[in-house]
Amino acid sequence: MIPVEISSVKKSYGDIKAVDGVSFSVNEGEVFALLGPNGAGKTTLIEIMEGLRKRDDGTVKVLGLDPWDSGYVLHRRIGVIPQDFTFFDKANPREAVKYYGDLFGVSVDADSILKEVVLDDSVGVLFENLSGGQKQKLGLALSLVNSAELLFLDEPTTGLDPNARRAIWDVIRALRSKGKTVILTTHYLDEAEQLSDKVAIMNHGRIVAMGTPEEIIETHGSGERLEIHGTEELAVYLRENTKLNVVYNGKGVIDIAIIQKRDALVALTAIEKSGLEWHDLHTRRDSLDDVFVKLVSGRIDEKGEIKVENARNDSHDKRRR
Amino acid sequence: MASARRIASDLRLFGRGYLRNVAGLFFGLIFPVILILIFGAIFSSGFSGTITLYYQNKDVLQNKDVGLYSASFLDALNRTNALSLVYVNESEDFSQYLSTHSASDGLVIPEGFSANYSSGNPVNVTVYGNPSQSSSSIVSGVVSGVINLFNLKYYGGPQVSPIVGVSQTTGNAQVTKYIDFLVPGLVGFSILVSPMFSLVSISSEYKRIKLFKQLSLTPLTKIEWLASKVLFYILLSAASFLLMVAVGIFVFNANIVLSLWLIPFLVLGPMFFASLGMLVGTISKSTETASVVGNIITFPMMFLSGTFFPITLMPMYLRYVAHVLPLFYIIDGLNGVMIYSNYAQAAIDLVVVAVITIVAFVAAARLFKWRED
Repeated sequence: MIPVEISSVKKSYGDIKAVDGVSFSVNEGEVFALLGPNGAGKTTLIEIMEGLRKRDDGTVKVLGLDPWDSGYVLHRRIGVIPQDFTFFDKANPREAVKYYGDLFGVSVDADSILKEVVLDDSVGVLFENLSGGQKQKLGLALSLVNSAELLFLDEPTTGLDPNARRAIWDVIRALRSKGKTVILTTHYLDEAEQLSDKVAIMNHGRIVAMGTPEEIIETHGSGERLEIHGTEELAVYLRENTKLNVVYNGKGVIDIAIIQKRDALVALTAIEKSGLEWHDLHTRRDSLDDVFVKLVSGRIDEKGEIKVENARNDSHDKRRR
Repeated sequence: MASARRIASDLRLFGRGYLRNVAGLFFGLIFPVILILIFGAIFSSGFSGTITLYYQNKDVLQNKDVGLYSASFLDALNRTNALSLVYVNESEDFSQYLSTHSASDGLVIPEGFSANYSSGNPVNVTVYGNPSQSSSSIVSGVVSGVINLFNLKYYGGPQVSPIVGVSQTTGNAQVTKYIDFLVPGLVGFSILVSPMFSLVSISSEYKRIKLFKQLSLTPLTKIEWLASKVLFYILLSAASFLLMVAVGIFVFNANIVLSLWLIPFLVLGPMFFASLGMLVGTISKSTETASVVGNIITFPMMFLSGTFFPITLMPMYLRYVAHVLPLFYIIDGLNGVMIYSNYAQAAIDLVVVAVITIVAFVAAARLFKWRED
């Protein structure tokens, strides 16, 4: 059975189309990442799949069930970390796992589950005194209590420091190696790249690209490029004297698309002829980052997080393409 | 289907959390006991007792001795046990003295009182009072009684005794003391306060931090969750009831009846207020609104339902107000059982409480949502 199959799913809040016709399926044992900036509709979509939100339109099958109508049955078979996971302040992780075990009617070894998420050092610390990373690990532990075959992790590492993020990644990798199907949302590119078999890039409620990271780069990337450090004057010279696609980034870097192999030769000859200063020549391909920036018209900050300047400005987006 | 196992598990987690929260524990268990100790101490000693009467005696003889008859007049006043006499020096301006002591009741015995009395010349004592205060009419009544006795003895001689007398008794077999009202009143107070405030706050807070949404992803149902809160506050109210009754009986010697009739009130009361608190938290958009609405509902009930004093002490229009407050029926029922052993009254109250509890619980369970559309 295909664990998750959705087609033409729509959800609006007033005038805002949070999810605007999304279709995809997730295969068993796959780690599927929904990647997109804040406000792209990832959480709405994942909550529709979890049965926490009602869709306006489209079909959704999760483990063969309609999540909204059969939520109560479905919830016994899936594990979930909601966004901003929280728990009762005055309970500790061991009690929390025990509580979830009782609710699901399964006998659990709290300590071994907590060891699995590397929280065994804080089993007796009250939730209110746990760090952000520890809280998130507890959320992960609770999603494991019912041994679900399908897990939904909504921004499992948002706001965590790099060490805590890596610890969570290790747990997710371990889940994958056990053959679990995992759907996660993230706005960290590296997270999607590191963890997932398949990535769907979401923006403005739509999926703008989907596939393995390599497939996405192949389809949406620009191919090979020549990068040269030089002045704007040089860029203008190249544009006027060759038929190459030359882009100047405003900060001393000139970017030349290499469509055929001889394009590189043409570029270098022209540079030599110009007699202008240049240095640091190298070639590069679009990374997932570059593709992402193109697709969502945003930029990536120093933490690898996507920032969108004109989140709802579609015309700007098209002009750049 | 509701599962006892899940309710028990939620009850255990919630109860443990509650016990770890010092503030909750204080307001749930200790605070009502402190109230009983304070109000019991204030009203058990002084309230039923005496009215303070300031007096000046200007009936002084040449040798500075107090006149014989004025002395025995004051002695007779003293023996009524209704007044506590406080002497004011004759050099003081009496009206001024009363007002600086925020007092209204006073008595001045004039110069030559003894001489006039013994020679049969009419003489007046002056009583100061404020007609709007009940204490003033008590003072003038007591003073008139003593004056009548003096007049009687003047005409009939010292050995004369009155023909018509009074023998005192009370309607009930037992005399009802203030503490007897205070125990059921404060039991009602704690039945109101803990479940109400707690459910208003947690239901709006859990909604805000999306904890309900998270719980909806487990097999726990909202009815089970609500049932576990109701059970918890029934247990807490029972514990607080036992503490208050123990303090009432052992510290203040309260005369209260403990009967199985109390159980339905101690079960339905917390269930009603937990459901009401849940309703308030559920229908309010934010935690701030919830707490304001909660306070608007709670505070009038806290004072007007017969918690700190019997409602018979209130003016008529406030008694009508009391009759629309749910807590009134709980306290009235508790009074019926614990003070008067009036089970017919308690039965009527119980019916009212049962009906509103069912309505509140069903409404809370219906309106309260785990997840949003």
